[in-house]
Amino acid sequence: MWFDYLIYILLAIGVFFNILGGFGLLRFPDVYTRLHAGTKCTTFGSIFITGSVIILGLKMWYLGSTDGSILAIHTAGALVAILLTNPTGAHAIARAAHKSGVKPVGAVVDSLQTKSLKHNVNKKIIETKKMEEEK
Amino acid sequence: MMEFFNEYVIVLIALLISIAMAMIRVIKGPTAPDRIVGLDTINTIVIVGMVVFGTAFNEIIYIDVAIVYALLSFISTLFIAKYLEGGDF
Repeated sequence: MWFDYLIYILLAIGVFFNILGGFGLLRFPDVYTRLHAGTKCTTFGSIFITGSVIILGLKMWYLGSTDGSILAIHTAGALVAILLTNPTGAHAIARAAHKSGVKPVGAVVDSLQTKSLKHNVNKKIIETKKMEEEK
Repeated sequence: MMEFFNEYVIVLIALLISIAMAMIRVIKGPTAPDRIVGLDTINTIVIVGMVVFGTAFNEIIYIDVAIVYALLSFISTLFIAKYLEGGDF
């Protein structure tokens, strides 16, 4: 049936992107580029692998098994959990990395410089020193 | 009837290779955010691995475990990121 070929193709795409994510995590030079590889590639691959499992469950359901519908619905729940949590976590990690002072390799301009935490803390320290000197 | 060696077991082995590469980054990473990126990648791949494992051995209860693991690992990632960010909680 054409269902089987579709399942194999989706599995192949998903495994390819997951291994690409791990490989990019090793090879990239920087926290932010590693975040691209480690988050986007694995999310994309996970969509395809869980999609193949959903199609397998639908096929089992179509062939008359009640386990198939449970498999498809629960895997769809896992897919929704991945899609909701993974980009949010990546955003939090990137924000934390920038605020803790990690610079991108080869960056020339940092547009968030004046908004970063360290800059504000340094400015506050300089202001308090000036106040103490005036006293 | 359970087949021991089907295509999902091969997918599971490939996912283990990817987890191993992310683990090298966790051990080697120069800064703390590098290690957290590796940890987040390992969490995502473990979720997919649980789904694939439950499909390969015909155990549907593992997929529910994967959903709970996704939500708990999300909370832990947010908390570690908040800790790295510094400042007041």
